[in-house]
Amino acid sequence: MNDVVIFAVISLAGIGLAAAIILYFVAQKFKVIEDPKIDEVEEALPAANCGGCGYPGCRNFAEASVKKANKDKNIEGLYCPVGGNEIMSKVASILGLEVEAQEPMVAVLRCSGTKKNAPKKVEYNGPMTCAFAHNLYQGESACPYGCLWLGDCVEACNFDAMYMDEETGLPVIIEDNCVACGACVEACPRDIIELRNVGKKSKRIFVSCVNEEKGGVARKNCKVACIGCGKCFQVCKFDAITIENNLAYIDYEKCKLCRKCVEVCPTNAIHELNFPPRKVKPVENKKPDEIEKTEIKQQV
Amino acid sequence: MKTFELGGVHPAENKISENKAIEVLPIPKQVQIPVAQNLGAPSVPIVNKGDEVKVGQLIAKGEAFISSNVHSSVSGKVLKIDNVNDQSGYKKPAIFINVAGDEWEENIDRSDTLIKDITASKDEIIKKVHKLGIVGLGGAAFPSHVKLMVPKGKKAEALIINGVECEPYLTADHRVMLEKADELLVGTKILMKALGVEKGFIGIENNKPDAIEHLSKLSKEYKGIEVYPLKVKYPQGGEKQLIKALTNREVPSGKLPIEVGCVVQNVGTALAVYEAVQKNKPLFERVVTITGKAVKNPSNFLVRIGTPISELIEASGGTPDKTSKIVGGGPMMGKALVTPDAPIVKGSSGVLLFDEKESKRVEEKACIRCAGCIKVCPMGLEPVLISQLTKLEMYEEAEKNNIMDCIECGSCQYTCPSGKPLLDYIRLGKFKVGQIIRNRGKK
Repeated sequence: MNDVVIFAVISLAGIGLAAAIILYFVAQKFKVIEDPKIDEVEEALPAANCGGCGYPGCRNFAEASVKKANKDKNIEGLYCPVGGNEIMSKVASILGLEVEAQEPMVAVLRCSGTKKNAPKKVEYNGPMTCAFAHNLYQGESACPYGCLWLGDCVEACNFDAMYMDEETGLPVIIEDNCVACGACVEACPRDIIELRNVGKKSKRIFVSCVNEEKGGVARKNCKVACIGCGKCFQVCKFDAITIENNLAYIDYEKCKLCRKCVEVCPTNAIHELNFPPRKVKPVENKKPDEIEKTEIKQQV
Repeated sequence: MKTFELGGVHPAENKISENKAIEVLPIPKQVQIPVAQNLGAPSVPIVNKGDEVKVGQLIAKGEAFISSNVHSSVSGKVLKIDNVNDQSGYKKPAIFINVAGDEWEENIDRSDTLIKDITASKDEIIKKVHKLGIVGLGGAAFPSHVKLMVPKGKKAEALIINGVECEPYLTADHRVMLEKADELLVGTKILMKALGVEKGFIGIENNKPDAIEHLSKLSKEYKGIEVYPLKVKYPQGGEKQLIKALTNREVPSGKLPIEVGCVVQNVGTALAVYEAVQKNKPLFERVVTITGKAVKNPSNFLVRIGTPISELIEASGGTPDKTSKIVGGGPMMGKALVTPDAPIVKGSSGVLLFDEKESKRVEEKACIRCAGCIKVCPMGLEPVLISQLTKLEMYEEAEKNNIMDCIECGSCQYTCPSGKPLLDYIRLGKFKVGQIIRNRGKK
């Protein structure tokens, strides 16, 4: 009886030993040599896996930055929008490098086609996603460029930085939560959302319209459309405004936030955000009383 | 009786307007002729603002191989070349013409006499079909001359004339077969000559016994043309389904019918080819059905291209109360119109007016795994799978599951007891996969 037990133990131990030796050599042969820095960098990243940097996840970003650091001795072009400059300097210090601080960005909705400003012309009862509605037809309002009110951007946001305003139909961006990962920009089939710089004290001026139709047509469908009249272009002293295809665009790098364009815009298509209230209110753009005040719900 | 094997549904036929003879719709005051009316490259306008045009005059030229010429449908003055809301509400460039009189180009033969002798040679026929802007009138508006040019290494064996008209409500092709049978048969002979084939099959579903009888009787005089009654089953009018039904041949995935030696043309196209080759008449008018259960006077109108759809509705007795949806095309494949001011184009086969009850979608519920959609898919696809893949943005996987083979017939959505928007997602998926394939081609 004892013999059997001893034989079993010895043979099992022998098999175990042989397997261990084989496994040891196999592991040596197929060893994956990984830079320990990758783990360190990954540790430093926010682990949001949002894809805002252009890589599928934080691990891939860490791999790419270590690879680039080893090869080019810099990590230019790699930027984690979620972590911002703070995290990037951390990453750089792990890699023994220095990075230039980048200006933080924030998502901006370039459409004011609320249910009041751009009235409903047709009823839609298909699948409630923007991607589908855009592919099928122009949308419930008559503006073929404007917001479809169906919220694909909100669906795409991983940071609770957006919600749909039931009353206006438009999505609202909560600036404090927005990390400028660009998921909403990607999700919007009409390219309405743009990443712009946060600006001094979060002050921003932008044209809240992407309609390229002729002024009359655009205005007919939406009260606050940019009609391409060029008044803002004339009044801007810093050449920050360009007009192309009946649509004005403000270059945020050139804009000095003087607010002259906001005053002259006849349709209130240019929005100012986070400015202190004006002392003397301009008189001319008060005429059309129906215009819903360009009330912007972006929270600060 | 012949039919295709795989899948298919049988929706209520509702051919309300089948006994209404084709009427000529009065010429409107203004037409808006979109320059891109066919599949393929859009045409380029060759007239300018203020030009005087005649009926049948070339106004936009198709320069690419898959493109077609556009001719004026009225005589008058070009008002402007501007964007017009198409049926989906997106802007498309169009030529606006203010109508003055009805002066036709001199070389168009306007008499009713039937010209049976085909004097034009094979190349002349193809050239004329191209020059006079003939496109497939079944709905997709594919330029007909492309179909007639058989690629090297392939051989056409049979011409199939599509008189199925499987879409419920529509009766335009039915009326053409009854009223223009001789012209249609000569047109078929012309197409057969252009392809160099001896056999011409006309497939008609047996819910149109009068058309089957009429054409069978007349076709005895035309050598090689045979009329086949088909069992009523949607979507028999699909090219691939019709070939399967008539010849028992299956077109391989992603290939054209010429792969199995067949060329399919619609009856309306055959008539247009007759008029083009024998009478020099470009394609500038077509038969359009306007119908709906509440429409006062459902009719089949001969309409000039570019006429606003609202004029048609007016002529049929006006928009009935409670109309909540206007559909361009048939109820299965047509799309809701955003505006009734959109113009009739070469591919418009019908206009349908639905009331609230008929047009509302049923509420979407969870899939009950009944596999009904798979059973009815005439292409042998799994609609529930590919629509889910699209929803999850797994486009590569959708492509592997042959999403591009979908003919968008809508049988799956029609049959789904849970009211899932299957076709909607598949259409979106096809669009996205198409983009991916095109980008791949660029690299």
